Amino acid sequence: MLKVPAESLRDAYGEELKILGAKYKDLVVLDADLSSSTKTSIFGKAFPDRFFNMGIAEQSMVATAAGLSLSGKKVFASTFAVFLMRTYEQMRQSVCYNNLDVNFVVTHSGITVGEDGATHQIVEDVGIMSGLPNMKVTVPVDSIETRSVIEFLAEKGRGPNFVRLSREKFPVLNNKDYEFRQGKSVTFKDGDDVTIIGMGVMVSFALEAAEQLKSRGIDARVINMSSIKPIDREAIVKAAKETGHIVTVEEHSIYNGLGSRTAEVASDEYPVPVWRLGMKDTFGKSGKGWELFDYFHMGVEDIVKLTEGCFREEQRYENFP
Amino acid sequence: MEQYKEADLKNIATSIRRKIIEMVYSAKSGHPGGSLSIADILAVLYFKELNIDPLDPTNPDRDRLVLSKGHASPGLYAALSLRGFFPESLLTGFRKLNSKLEGHVHRGVPGVEASTGSLGQGLGIGVGMALAGKLDSKNYHVFVIVGDGEIEEGSIWEALMAGAKYKLNNLIVILDKNGVQLDGYTKDIMPIGNVKDMVSSFGWDAIEINGHNFEEIISAVEKAKKSQHKPTFIIANTIKGKGVSYMENNPKYHGAPPASQEEYEQALREIGGED
Repeated sequence: MLKVPAESLRDAYGEELKILGAKYKDLVVLDADLSSSTKTSIFGKAFPDRFFNMGIAEQSMVATAAGLSLSGKKVFASTFAVFLMRTYEQMRQSVCYNNLDVNFVVTHSGITVGEDGATHQIVEDVGIMSGLPNMKVTVPVDSIETRSVIEFLAEKGRGPNFVRLSREKFPVLNNKDYEFRQGKSVTFKDGDDVTIIGMGVMVSFALEAAEQLKSRGIDARVINMSSIKPIDREAIVKAAKETGHIVTVEEHSIYNGLGSRTAEVASDEYPVPVWRLGMKDTFGKSGKGWELFDYFHMGVEDIVKLTEGCFREEQRYENFP
Repeated sequence: MEQYKEADLKNIATSIRRKIIEMVYSAKSGHPGGSLSIADILAVLYFKELNIDPLDPTNPDRDRLVLSKGHASPGLYAALSLRGFFPESLLTGFRKLNSKLEGHVHRGVPGVEASTGSLGQGLGIGVGMALAGKLDSKNYHVFVIVGDGEIEEGSIWEALMAGAKYKLNNLIVILDKNGVQLDGYTKDIMPIGNVKDMVSSFGWDAIEINGHNFEEIISAVEKAKKSQHKPTFIIANTIKGKGVSYMENNPKYHGAPPASQEEYEQALREIGGED
Protein backbone atom coordinates (compact mmCIF):
# COMPACT_ATOMS: atom_id res chain seq x y z
CA MET A 1 0.00 0.00 0.00
CA LEU A 2 1.06 3.57 -0.67
CA LYS A 3 2.35 5.32 2.41
CA VAL A 4 -0.48 7.82 2.56
CA PRO A 5 -3.47 7.94 4.90
CA ALA A 6 -6.51 5.85 3.92
CA GLU A 7 -10.06 7.09 4.39
CA SER A 8 -13.52 5.63 3.96
CA LEU A 9 -15.38 6.73 0.84
CA ARG A 10 -18.76 5.80 2.27
CA ASP A 11 -18.16 7.83 5.45
CA ALA A 12 -17.28 10.75 3.19
CA TYR A 13 -20.52 10.17 1.28
CA GLY A 14 -22.72 10.14 4.36
CA GLU A 15 -21.06 13.20 5.86
CA GLU A 16 -21.25 15.13 2.59
CA LEU A 17 -24.94 14.26 2.25
CA LYS A 18 -25.54 15.77 5.68
CA ILE A 19 -23.76 18.99 4.70
CA LEU A 20 -25.71 19.19 1.43
CA GLY A 21 -28.96 18.34 3.20
CA ALA A 22 -28.62 21.49 5.27
CA LYS A 23 -28.00 23.51 2.12
CA TYR A 24 -30.69 22.01 -0.11
CA LYS A 25 -34.11 21.58 1.47
CA ASP A 26 -35.33 19.60 -1.55
CA LEU A 27 -32.64 16.94 -1.19
CA VAL A 28 -34.06 13.53 -0.21
CA VAL A 29 -32.30 10.22 0.42
CA LEU A 30 -33.54 6.65 0.09
CA ASP A 31 -32.01 3.40 1.24
CA ALA A 32 -33.01 -0.26 1.33
CA ASP A 33 -32.16 -1.43 4.86
CA LEU A 34 -28.43 -0.87 4.50
CA SER A 35 -28.17 2.73 5.68
CA SER A 36 -25.78 1.96 8.52
CA SER A 37 -23.42 0.38 5.98
CA THR A 38 -23.89 2.82 3.08
CA LYS A 39 -23.73 5.65 5.65
CA THR A 40 -26.88 7.35 4.44
CA SER A 41 -27.88 6.90 8.09
CA ILE A 42 -25.78 10.00 8.82
CA PHE A 43 -28.20 12.00 6.67
CA GLY A 44 -31.15 10.06 8.06
CA LYS A 45 -30.34 11.02 11.64
CA ALA A 46 -29.95 14.69 10.71
CA PHE A 47 -33.03 14.89 8.45
CA PRO A 48 -35.45 12.08 9.37
CA ASP A 49 -38.33 13.67 7.41
CA ARG A 50 -36.35 13.56 4.18
CA PHE A 51 -34.90 10.08 4.63
CA PHE A 52 -36.88 7.08 3.41
CA ASN A 53 -35.88 3.58 4.42
CA MET A 54 -37.79 1.49 1.88
CA GLY A 55 -36.94 -1.84 3.45
CA ILE A 56 -35.39 -4.76 1.59
CA ALA A 57 -37.27 -3.73 -1.52
CA GLU A 58 -34.89 -2.22 -4.05
CA GLN A 59 -37.44 -2.14 -6.87
CA SER A 60 -39.72 -0.06 -4.69
CA MET A 61 -36.81 2.21 -3.75
CA VAL A 62 -35.92 2.96 -7.36
CA ALA A 63 -39.49 3.53 -8.56
CA THR A 64 -40.15 5.78 -5.56
CA ALA A 65 -36.95 7.67 -6.33
CA ALA A 66 -38.35 8.28 -9.82
CA GLY A 67 -41.63 9.59 -8.40
CA LEU A 68 -39.83 11.94 -6.01
CA SER A 69 -37.68 13.25 -8.84
CA LEU A 70 -40.73 13.76 -11.07
CA SER A 71 -42.05 15.92 -8.23
CA GLY A 72 -38.96 18.13 -8.15
CA LYS A 73 -36.77 16.55 -5.49
CA LYS A 74 -32.99 16.06 -5.67
CA VAL A 75 -32.77 12.35 -5.05
CA PHE A 76 -29.96 10.14 -3.76
CA ALA A 77 -30.66 6.41 -3.47
CA SER A 78 -28.22 3.94 -1.98
CA THR A 79 -27.69 0.26 -1.33
CA PHE A 80 -24.89 -2.20 -2.02
CA ALA A 81 -23.80 -2.19 -5.66
CA VAL A 82 -24.83 -5.79 -6.22
CA PHE A 83 -28.39 -5.29 -4.96
CA LEU A 84 -29.06 -2.21 -7.04
CA MET A 85 -28.48 -4.33 -10.14
CA ARG A 86 -31.69 -6.28 -9.51
CA THR A 87 -33.51 -3.05 -10.32
CA TYR A 88 -31.90 -2.71 -13.74
CA GLU A 89 -35.30 -2.47 -15.35
CA GLN A 90 -36.67 0.09 -12.91
CA MET A 91 -33.54 2.13 -13.55
CA ARG A 92 -33.96 1.70 -17.28
CA GLN A 93 -37.67 2.41 -17.62
CA SER A 94 -38.61 4.63 -14.71
CA VAL A 95 -35.41 6.62 -14.26
CA CYS A 96 -33.29 6.64 -17.43
CA TYR A 97 -36.10 6.68 -19.99
CA ASN A 98 -37.76 9.51 -18.08
CA ASN A 99 -34.25 11.07 -17.86
CA LEU A 100 -34.66 11.96 -14.19
CA ASP A 101 -32.16 13.60 -11.84
CA VAL A 102 -31.71 10.55 -9.65
CA ASN A 103 -28.31 9.77 -8.14
CA PHE A 104 -27.59 6.14 -7.39
CA VAL A 105 -24.66 6.00 -4.98
CA VAL A 106 -23.70 2.41 -4.23
CA THR A 107 -21.18 1.03 -1.78
CA HIS A 108 -19.54 -2.39 -1.34
CA SER A 109 -18.62 -2.79 -5.00
CA GLY A 110 -15.87 -5.04 -6.29
CA ILE A 111 -13.68 -7.55 -4.48
CA THR A 112 -12.72 -5.21 -1.62
CA VAL A 113 -16.00 -6.37 -0.07
CA GLY A 114 -13.77 -9.20 1.15
CA GLU A 115 -15.05 -11.83 3.54
CA ASP A 116 -18.72 -11.71 2.45
CA GLY A 117 -17.56 -13.40 -0.71
CA ALA A 118 -18.62 -13.78 -4.31
CA THR A 119 -22.35 -13.18 -3.81
CA HIS A 120 -21.63 -9.64 -2.61
CA GLN A 121 -18.64 -8.77 -4.83
CA ILE A 122 -20.04 -7.33 -8.02
CA VAL A 123 -17.53 -6.77 -10.80
CA GLU A 124 -20.02 -6.18 -13.63
CA ASP A 125 -21.84 -3.06 -12.42
CA VAL A 126 -19.91 -0.41 -14.32
CA GLY A 127 -20.61 -2.24 -17.56
CA ILE A 128 -24.29 -2.72 -16.79
CA MET A 129 -24.76 0.92 -15.87
CA SER A 130 -22.69 2.32 -18.74
CA GLY A 131 -25.00 0.66 -21.23
CA LEU A 132 -28.03 2.60 -20.03
CA PRO A 133 -28.90 5.61 -22.20
CA ASN A 134 -28.71 8.91 -20.23
CA MET A 135 -26.86 7.25 -17.32
CA LYS A 136 -23.50 8.73 -16.27
CA VAL A 137 -20.98 6.64 -14.36
CA THR A 138 -18.38 7.81 -11.86
CA VAL A 139 -15.91 5.83 -9.74
CA PRO A 140 -14.27 8.14 -7.18
CA VAL A 141 -10.67 7.30 -6.32
CA ASP A 142 -10.68 8.49 -2.71
CA SER A 143 -12.67 10.24 0.02
CA ILE A 144 -11.85 13.72 -1.28
CA GLU A 145 -13.06 12.93 -4.77
CA THR A 146 -16.17 11.27 -3.29
CA ARG A 147 -17.12 14.48 -1.50
CA SER A 148 -16.50 16.53 -4.62
CA VAL A 149 -18.57 14.20 -6.80
CA ILE A 150 -21.52 14.24 -4.39
CA GLU A 151 -21.37 18.02 -4.09
CA PHE A 152 -21.21 18.33 -7.88
CA LEU A 153 -24.24 16.07 -8.31
CA ALA A 154 -26.31 17.93 -5.74
CA GLU A 155 -25.45 21.30 -7.27
CA LYS A 156 -25.17 20.66 -10.99
CA GLY A 157 -25.94 17.01 -11.64
CA ARG A 158 -28.34 16.42 -14.52
CA GLY A 159 -30.09 13.19 -15.44
CA PRO A 160 -29.41 9.82 -13.86
CA ASN A 161 -26.01 9.22 -12.28
CA PHE A 162 -24.32 6.10 -10.91
CA VAL A 163 -21.51 6.51 -8.37
CA ARG A 164 -19.53 3.46 -7.30
CA LEU A 165 -18.07 3.41 -3.77
CA SER A 166 -16.46 0.69 -1.71
CA ARG A 167 -16.43 -0.92 1.68
CA GLU A 168 -12.69 -0.55 2.39
CA LYS A 169 -10.81 2.64 3.17
CA PHE A 170 -8.78 3.80 0.19
CA PRO A 171 -5.52 5.79 0.09
CA VAL A 172 -6.13 9.53 -0.17
CA LEU A 173 -4.54 10.64 -3.44
CA ASN A 174 -6.10 14.04 -4.08
CA ASN A 175 -5.36 17.39 -2.45
CA LYS A 176 -8.05 18.97 -0.34
CA ASP A 177 -8.81 21.63 -2.96
CA TYR A 178 -9.47 19.04 -5.71
CA GLU A 179 -12.63 19.64 -7.71
CA PHE A 180 -14.27 16.86 -9.73
CA ARG A 181 -15.13 17.64 -13.35
CA GLN A 182 -17.46 15.17 -15.05
CA GLY A 183 -15.85 13.76 -18.19
CA LYS A 184 -12.33 14.81 -17.16
CA SER A 185 -9.52 12.63 -15.85
CA VAL A 186 -6.58 13.61 -13.65
CA THR A 187 -2.98 12.76 -14.46
CA PHE A 188 -1.34 11.85 -11.17
CA LYS A 189 2.08 11.15 -12.66
CA ASP A 190 3.57 12.17 -16.00
CA GLY A 191 5.50 9.73 -18.12
CA ASP A 192 6.36 9.12 -21.77
CA ASP A 193 6.87 5.37 -22.17
CA VAL A 194 3.48 3.92 -21.31
CA THR A 195 0.21 5.11 -19.76
CA ILE A 196 -1.51 3.26 -16.95
CA ILE A 197 -5.15 4.32 -16.72
CA GLY A 198 -6.79 3.32 -13.45
CA MET A 199 -10.22 3.29 -11.88
CA GLY A 200 -10.95 3.36 -8.16
CA VAL A 201 -8.46 1.94 -5.70
CA MET A 202 -6.33 0.49 -8.46
CA VAL A 203 -5.07 3.97 -9.29
CA SER A 204 -3.08 3.80 -6.05
CA PHE A 205 -1.72 0.40 -7.10
CA ALA A 206 -0.75 1.93 -10.44
CA LEU A 207 1.20 4.69 -8.70
CA GLU A 208 3.11 2.07 -6.72
CA ALA A 209 3.74 0.08 -9.86
CA ALA A 210 4.98 3.23 -11.62
CA GLU A 211 7.59 3.71 -8.88
CA GLN A 212 8.91 0.19 -9.41
CA LEU A 213 8.83 0.59 -13.19
CA LYS A 214 10.89 3.76 -12.91
CA SER A 215 13.73 1.85 -11.28
CA ARG A 216 13.58 -0.53 -14.22
CA GLY A 217 13.87 2.28 -16.74
CA ILE A 218 10.19 2.60 -17.71
CA ASP A 219 8.58 6.02 -17.27
CA ALA A 220 4.86 5.39 -16.85
CA ARG A 221 2.12 7.99 -16.92
CA VAL A 222 -0.66 7.35 -14.39
CA ILE A 223 -4.19 8.64 -14.97
CA ASN A 224 -7.19 8.53 -12.63
CA MET A 225 -10.19 7.92 -14.91
CA SER A 226 -12.96 8.44 -12.37
CA SER A 227 -15.46 9.58 -14.98
CA ILE A 228 -16.19 6.40 -16.91
CA LYS A 229 -19.19 7.86 -18.73
CA PRO A 230 -18.69 10.38 -20.16
CA ILE A 231 -15.08 9.24 -20.48
CA ASP A 232 -12.14 11.56 -21.06
CA ARG A 233 -11.50 10.76 -24.72
CA GLU A 234 -8.95 13.53 -25.06
CA ALA A 235 -6.70 12.10 -22.33
CA ILE A 236 -6.90 8.60 -23.82
CA VAL A 237 -6.03 9.78 -27.33
CA LYS A 238 -3.21 11.93 -25.96
CA ALA A 239 -1.83 8.95 -24.05
CA ALA A 240 -2.06 6.79 -27.15
CA LYS A 241 -0.20 9.34 -29.26
CA GLU A 242 2.44 10.24 -26.71
CA THR A 243 3.17 6.91 -25.05
CA GLY A 244 2.11 4.34 -27.65
CA HIS A 245 1.01 1.76 -25.06
CA ILE A 246 -1.92 1.80 -22.65
CA VAL A 247 -2.51 -0.43 -19.63
CA THR A 248 -5.86 -0.25 -17.83
CA VAL A 249 -6.35 -1.41 -14.24
CA GLU A 250 -9.73 -1.80 -12.58
CA GLU A 251 -11.43 -3.59 -9.69
CA HIS A 252 -14.03 -4.78 -12.20
CA SER A 253 -14.40 -7.24 -15.02
CA ILE A 254 -12.15 -6.47 -17.97
CA TYR A 255 -15.35 -6.76 -19.97
CA ASN A 256 -17.46 -3.60 -20.33
CA GLY A 257 -15.58 -1.55 -17.77
CA LEU A 258 -12.69 0.92 -17.91
CA GLY A 259 -10.57 -1.33 -20.11
CA SER A 260 -13.27 -1.86 -22.70
CA ARG A 261 -14.18 1.79 -22.83
CA THR A 262 -10.53 2.82 -23.17
CA ALA A 263 -10.02 0.32 -25.98
CA GLU A 264 -13.12 1.65 -27.74
CA VAL A 265 -11.78 5.19 -27.70
CA ALA A 266 -8.30 4.16 -28.82
CA SER A 267 -9.80 2.02 -31.57
CA ASP A 268 -12.01 4.90 -32.72
CA GLU A 269 -9.35 7.57 -32.79
CA TYR A 270 -5.76 6.32 -32.48
CA PRO A 271 -5.35 2.55 -32.26
CA VAL A 272 -2.57 1.36 -29.95
CA PRO A 273 -2.38 -1.84 -27.88
CA VAL A 274 -4.56 -1.60 -24.76
CA TRP A 275 -3.66 -4.18 -22.09
CA ARG A 276 -6.48 -4.72 -19.62
CA LEU A 277 -5.96 -5.81 -16.04
CA GLY A 278 -8.98 -6.73 -13.97
CA MET A 279 -11.29 -9.60 -13.15
CA LYS A 280 -11.15 -12.08 -16.01
CA ASP A 281 -14.74 -13.22 -16.51
CA THR A 282 -14.92 -14.70 -13.05
CA PHE A 283 -16.70 -14.32 -9.71
CA GLY A 284 -14.84 -13.18 -6.61
CA LYS A 285 -14.39 -15.20 -3.43
CA SER A 286 -14.17 -14.86 0.33
CA GLY A 287 -10.94 -13.58 1.77
CA LYS A 288 -9.48 -10.37 3.06
CA GLY A 289 -10.17 -7.61 0.55
CA TRP A 290 -6.54 -6.76 -0.05
CA GLU A 291 -5.43 -10.43 -0.30
CA LEU A 292 -7.85 -10.95 -3.15
CA PHE A 293 -5.98 -8.60 -5.47
CA ASP A 294 -2.97 -10.93 -5.41
CA TYR A 295 -5.21 -13.99 -5.67
CA PHE A 296 -6.81 -12.63 -8.86
CA HIS A 297 -3.48 -11.37 -10.24
CA MET A 298 -4.47 -7.74 -9.90
CA GLY A 299 -1.80 -6.60 -7.44
CA VAL A 300 1.02 -4.11 -7.84
CA GLU A 301 3.43 -6.82 -9.03
CA ASP A 302 0.92 -7.90 -11.67
CA ILE A 303 0.63 -4.34 -12.96
CA VAL A 304 4.42 -4.10 -13.15
CA LYS A 305 4.64 -7.40 -15.01
CA LEU A 306 1.92 -6.55 -17.51
CA THR A 307 3.32 -3.07 -18.13
CA GLU A 308 6.84 -4.38 -18.70
CA GLY A 309 5.36 -6.88 -21.10
CA CYS A 310 4.12 -4.05 -23.33
CA PHE A 311 7.68 -3.74 -24.50
CA ARG A 312 8.15 -7.41 -25.32
CA GLU A 313 7.09 -8.85 -28.63
CA GLU A 314 5.92 -12.13 -27.15
CA GLN A 315 3.32 -10.76 -24.70
CA ARG A 316 -0.07 -12.09 -25.58
CA TYR A 317 -3.29 -12.33 -23.70
CA GLU A 318 -3.96 -15.67 -22.16
CA ASN A 319 -7.00 -17.34 -23.61
CA PHE A 320 -10.24 -17.02 -21.70
CA PRO A 321 -13.85 -16.80 -22.82
CA MET B 1 -63.45 23.15 -13.35
CA GLU B 2 -66.41 22.39 -15.56
CA GLN B 3 -68.97 20.06 -14.04
CA TYR B 4 -69.66 17.08 -16.22
CA LYS B 5 -72.92 15.18 -15.73
CA GLU B 6 -73.19 11.43 -16.00
CA ALA B 7 -74.66 11.68 -19.50
CA ASP B 8 -71.64 13.74 -20.59
CA LEU B 9 -69.26 11.21 -19.06
CA LYS B 10 -70.98 8.44 -20.97
CA ASN B 11 -70.48 10.36 -24.23
CA ILE B 12 -66.85 11.03 -23.36
CA ALA B 13 -66.22 7.34 -22.61
CA THR B 14 -67.77 6.52 -25.98
CA SER B 15 -65.45 8.99 -27.70
CA ILE B 16 -62.46 7.47 -25.88
CA ARG B 17 -63.50 4.01 -27.06
CA ARG B 18 -63.93 5.15 -30.66
CA LYS B 19 -60.50 6.74 -30.65
CA ILE B 20 -58.92 3.62 -29.14
CA ILE B 21 -60.25 1.55 -32.04
CA GLU B 22 -59.24 4.17 -34.62
CA MET B 23 -55.70 4.40 -33.21
CA VAL B 24 -54.94 0.69 -33.01
CA TYR B 25 -56.51 0.05 -36.41
CA SER B 26 -54.48 2.83 -37.99
CA ALA B 27 -51.29 1.59 -36.27
CA LYS B 28 -52.13 -2.02 -37.16
CA SER B 29 -50.98 -2.84 -33.61
CA GLY B 30 -51.55 -1.88 -30.00
CA HIS B 31 -53.62 -2.94 -27.01
CA PRO B 32 -57.37 -2.33 -27.36
CA GLY B 33 -58.65 -4.79 -24.70
CA GLY B 34 -57.15 -3.17 -21.60
CA SER B 35 -57.74 0.30 -23.00
CA LEU B 36 -61.45 -0.28 -23.54
CA SER B 37 -61.79 -1.73 -20.03
CA ILE B 38 -60.59 1.54 -18.41
CA ALA B 39 -62.40 3.97 -20.73
CA ASP B 40 -65.15 4.71 -18.20
CA ILE B 41 -62.63 5.17 -15.39
CA LEU B 42 -60.53 7.51 -17.55
CA ALA B 43 -63.64 9.54 -18.42
CA VAL B 44 -64.50 10.03 -14.75
CA LEU B 45 -60.94 10.86 -13.73
CA TYR B 46 -60.06 13.26 -16.56
CA PHE B 47 -63.44 14.97 -16.81
CA LYS B 48 -64.62 15.02 -13.21
CA GLU B 49 -62.16 14.03 -10.51
CA LEU B 50 -58.67 15.19 -11.47
CA ASN B 51 -57.70 18.74 -10.57
CA ILE B 52 -55.78 19.48 -13.77
CA ASP B 53 -55.56 22.26 -16.32
CA PRO B 54 -54.46 21.53 -19.89
CA LEU B 55 -53.25 25.14 -20.14
CA ASP B 56 -51.07 24.73 -17.04
CA PRO B 57 -49.97 21.08 -17.17
CA THR B 58 -47.03 21.43 -14.77
CA ASN B 59 -48.81 23.31 -11.99
CA PRO B 60 -47.21 22.02 -8.77
CA ASP B 61 -50.62 21.71 -7.10
CA ARG B 62 -52.17 19.55 -9.82
CA ASP B 63 -53.41 16.02 -9.25
CA ARG B 64 -51.21 13.33 -10.86
CA LEU B 65 -52.25 10.20 -12.72
CA VAL B 66 -49.77 7.43 -13.52
CA LEU B 67 -51.04 4.80 -15.93
CA SER B 68 -48.90 1.95 -14.64
CA LYS B 69 -50.36 -0.46 -17.19
CA GLY B 70 -48.63 1.53 -19.92
CA HIS B 71 -49.85 -0.68 -22.76
CA ALA B 72 -53.27 0.98 -22.33
CA SER B 73 -51.72 4.05 -23.96
CA PRO B 74 -54.50 4.43 -26.57
CA GLY B 75 -57.00 5.01 -23.76
CA LEU B 76 -54.81 7.57 -22.00
CA TYR B 77 -53.82 9.42 -25.18
CA ALA B 78 -57.47 9.58 -26.24
CA ALA B 79 -58.56 10.96 -22.86
CA LEU B 80 -55.76 13.55 -22.80
CA SER B 81 -56.54 14.81 -26.30
CA LEU B 82 -60.28 15.02 -25.57
CA ARG B 83 -59.47 16.92 -22.37
CA GLY B 84 -57.50 19.43 -24.46
CA PHE B 85 -53.87 18.61 -23.68
CA PHE B 86 -53.06 18.24 -27.38
CA PRO B 87 -55.00 18.29 -30.69
CA GLU B 88 -57.04 15.17 -31.46
CA SER B 89 -55.50 15.17 -34.94
CA LEU B 90 -52.18 14.03 -33.42
CA LEU B 91 -53.72 10.70 -32.39
CA THR B 92 -53.21 9.40 -35.93
CA GLY B 93 -49.45 9.36 -35.22
CA PHE B 94 -49.85 6.66 -32.57
CA ARG B 95 -47.02 4.08 -32.80
CA LYS B 96 -45.57 5.77 -35.88
CA LEU B 97 -42.20 7.33 -36.52
CA ASN B 98 -41.95 11.11 -35.95
CA SER B 99 -44.83 11.08 -33.47
CA LYS B 100 -44.52 11.51 -29.72
CA LEU B 101 -47.28 8.97 -29.22
CA GLU B 102 -45.01 6.02 -28.43
CA GLY B 103 -46.51 2.54 -28.33
CA HIS B 104 -46.38 2.60 -24.55
CA VAL B 105 -47.12 5.66 -22.43
CA HIS B 106 -44.48 8.34 -23.00
CA ARG B 107 -43.80 11.42 -20.89
CA GLY B 108 -43.07 13.53 -23.94
CA VAL B 109 -46.83 13.64 -24.55
CA PRO B 110 -48.50 16.66 -22.90
CA GLY B 111 -50.39 15.62 -19.77
CA VAL B 112 -48.48 12.39 -19.26
CA GLU B 113 -46.81 12.32 -15.84
CA ALA B 114 -44.48 9.34 -16.27
CA SER B 115 -43.37 6.99 -19.01
CA THR B 116 -44.55 3.48 -18.30
CA GLY B 117 -44.79 0.18 -20.12
CA SER B 118 -42.83 -2.31 -18.10
CA LEU B 119 -45.41 -3.54 -15.62
CA GLY B 120 -45.16 -3.12 -11.89
CA GLN B 121 -43.31 0.19 -11.73
CA GLY B 122 -45.99 2.87 -11.79
CA LEU B 123 -47.22 2.28 -8.26
CA GLY B 124 -43.73 2.91 -6.88
CA ILE B 125 -43.56 6.10 -8.92
CA GLY B 126 -46.92 7.08 -7.42
CA VAL B 127 -45.54 6.44 -3.92
CA GLY B 128 -42.70 8.85 -4.66
CA MET B 129 -45.08 11.52 -5.96
CA ALA B 130 -47.32 11.12 -2.92
CA LEU B 131 -44.33 11.34 -0.56
CA ALA B 132 -43.25 14.55 -2.29
CA GLY B 133 -46.76 15.93 -1.84
CA LYS B 134 -46.53 15.25 1.89
CA LEU B 135 -43.05 16.80 2.14
CA ASP B 136 -44.25 19.93 0.36
CA SER B 137 -47.56 20.10 2.30
CA LYS B 138 -49.50 19.99 -0.95
CA ASN B 139 -53.10 18.87 -1.17
CA TYR B 140 -52.86 17.07 -4.49
CA HIS B 141 -53.86 13.45 -5.01
CA VAL B 142 -51.91 10.83 -6.91
CA PHE B 143 -53.86 8.25 -8.91
CA VAL B 144 -52.29 5.07 -10.22
CA ILE B 145 -54.10 2.68 -12.56
CA VAL B 146 -52.80 -0.89 -12.42
CA GLY B 147 -53.93 -4.05 -14.19
CA ASP B 148 -54.84 -7.36 -12.58
CA GLY B 149 -52.20 -9.19 -14.62
CA GLU B 150 -49.77 -6.50 -13.53
CA ILE B 151 -50.23 -7.17 -9.83
CA GLU B 152 -48.52 -10.51 -10.35
CA GLU B 153 -45.33 -8.41 -10.28
CA GLY B 154 -43.73 -8.48 -6.81
CA SER B 155 -42.75 -4.82 -7.07
CA ILE B 156 -46.44 -3.89 -6.76
CA TRP B 157 -46.52 -5.46 -3.30
CA GLU B 158 -43.29 -3.74 -2.32
CA ALA B 159 -44.93 -0.43 -3.20
CA LEU B 160 -48.12 -1.34 -1.32
CA MET B 161 -46.04 -1.85 1.82
CA ALA B 162 -44.41 1.54 1.35
CA GLY B 163 -47.75 3.27 0.78
CA ALA B 164 -49.08 1.93 4.06
CA LYS B 165 -45.86 2.66 5.99
CA TYR B 166 -45.93 6.32 5.00
CA LYS B 167 -49.71 6.64 5.50
CA LEU B 168 -50.15 8.03 1.99
CA ASN B 169 -53.81 9.00 2.18
CA ASN B 170 -53.13 11.14 -0.91
CA LEU B 171 -52.49 8.00 -2.98
CA ILE B 172 -55.33 6.21 -4.77
CA VAL B 173 -54.86 3.04 -6.78
CA ILE B 174 -57.47 1.83 -9.23
CA LEU B 175 -57.20 -1.82 -10.21
CA ASP B 176 -58.58 -2.61 -13.66
CA LYS B 177 -59.74 -6.10 -12.75
CA ASN B 178 -60.71 -7.42 -16.16
CA GLY B 179 -59.54 -11.00 -15.57
CA VAL B 180 -57.60 -11.33 -18.81
CA GLN B 181 -53.90 -11.09 -19.56
CA LEU B 182 -51.80 -11.71 -22.66
CA ASP B 183 -51.60 -15.48 -22.42
CA GLY B 184 -55.13 -16.12 -21.25
CA TYR B 185 -57.36 -15.74 -18.19
CA THR B 186 -55.72 -14.41 -15.05
CA LYS B 187 -57.32 -17.17 -12.97
CA ASP B 188 -55.42 -19.73 -15.08
CA ILE B 189 -52.13 -17.94 -15.67
CA MET B 190 -51.51 -17.00 -12.04
CA PRO B 191 -54.43 -17.03 -9.62
CA ILE B 192 -53.86 -14.27 -7.13
CA GLY B 193 -56.48 -14.85 -4.46
CA ASN B 194 -58.78 -12.37 -2.82
CA VAL B 195 -57.24 -9.04 -3.74
CA LYS B 196 -59.54 -7.11 -1.41
CA ASP B 197 -58.41 -9.14 1.60
CA MET B 198 -54.80 -8.98 0.48
CA VAL B 199 -54.58 -5.21 0.08
CA SER B 200 -56.56 -4.71 3.29
CA SER B 201 -54.04 -6.84 5.15
CA PHE B 202 -51.28 -4.71 3.61
CA GLY B 203 -52.82 -1.74 5.41
CA TRP B 204 -54.85 -0.11 2.63
CA ASP B 205 -58.50 0.85 2.52
CA ALA B 206 -60.13 -1.36 -0.11
CA ILE B 207 -63.29 -0.54 -2.08
CA GLU B 208 -64.80 -2.86 -4.67
CA ILE B 209 -66.91 -1.41 -7.49
CA ASN B 210 -68.29 -2.02 -10.95
CA GLY B 211 -65.70 -0.24 -13.10
CA HIS B 212 -68.29 0.56 -15.78
CA ASN B 213 -70.75 2.24 -13.41
CA PHE B 214 -70.08 5.99 -13.33
CA GLU B 215 -71.89 6.53 -10.04
CA GLU B 216 -69.85 3.80 -8.32
CA ILE B 217 -66.54 5.06 -9.76
CA ILE B 218 -67.29 8.62 -8.64
CA SER B 219 -68.41 7.64 -5.18
CA ALA B 220 -65.35 5.41 -4.62
CA VAL B 221 -62.95 8.15 -5.72
CA GLU B 222 -64.74 10.76 -3.57
CA LYS B 223 -64.48 8.45 -0.58
CA ALA B 224 -60.80 7.77 -1.27
CA LYS B 225 -60.04 11.49 -1.46
CA LYS B 226 -61.42 11.92 2.06
CA SER B 227 -59.23 9.20 3.59
CA GLN B 228 -57.48 10.48 6.69
CA HIS B 229 -54.66 8.01 7.26
CA LYS B 230 -54.56 5.25 4.70
CA PRO B 231 -54.02 4.97 0.97
CA THR B 232 -57.00 3.59 -0.95
CA PHE B 233 -57.11 0.67 -3.35
CA ILE B 234 -60.19 0.65 -5.57
CA ILE B 235 -60.91 -2.72 -7.13
CA ALA B 236 -62.80 -1.94 -10.32
CA ASN B 237 -64.41 -5.03 -11.82
CA THR B 238 -64.30 -4.49 -15.55
CA ILE B 239 -64.72 -6.29 -18.84
CA LYS B 240 -61.68 -6.54 -21.06
CA GLY B 241 -62.56 -5.15 -24.49
CA LYS B 242 -65.75 -3.54 -23.10
CA GLY B 243 -68.03 -2.22 -25.82
CA VAL B 244 -66.87 -4.41 -28.72
CA SER B 245 -68.59 -7.81 -28.59
CA TYR B 246 -65.88 -9.88 -30.25
CA MET B 247 -63.18 -8.32 -28.05
CA GLU B 248 -64.98 -8.74 -24.73
CA ASN B 249 -63.24 -11.24 -22.44
CA ASN B 250 -61.15 -12.39 -25.38
CA PRO B 251 -57.40 -12.66 -24.63
CA LYS B 252 -56.69 -12.34 -28.35
CA TYR B 253 -57.53 -8.65 -28.21
CA HIS B 254 -55.19 -7.89 -25.33
CA GLY B 255 -52.64 -6.87 -27.92
CA ALA B 256 -54.21 -7.03 -31.36
CA PRO B 257 -56.19 -4.51 -33.43
CA PRO B 258 -59.35 -5.32 -35.37
CA ALA B 259 -58.25 -7.95 -37.86
CA SER B 260 -60.12 -6.57 -40.88
CA GLN B 261 -62.05 -3.59 -42.21
CA GLU B 262 -65.23 -5.49 -41.30
CA GLU B 263 -64.09 -5.98 -37.72
CA TYR B 264 -63.06 -2.33 -37.56
CA GLU B 265 -66.46 -1.11 -38.76
CA GLN B 266 -68.28 -3.52 -36.49
CA ALA B 267 -66.30 -2.24 -33.50
CA LEU B 268 -67.19 1.40 -34.20
CA ARG B 269 -70.81 0.49 -34.87
CA GLU B 270 -71.12 -1.34 -31.57
CA ILE B 271 -69.42 1.44 -29.60
CA GLY B 272 -71.80 3.93 -31.18
CA GLY B 273 -71.51 7.67 -30.82
CA GLU B 274 -70.50 10.11 -33.53
CA ASP B 275 -71.75 8.41 -36.74
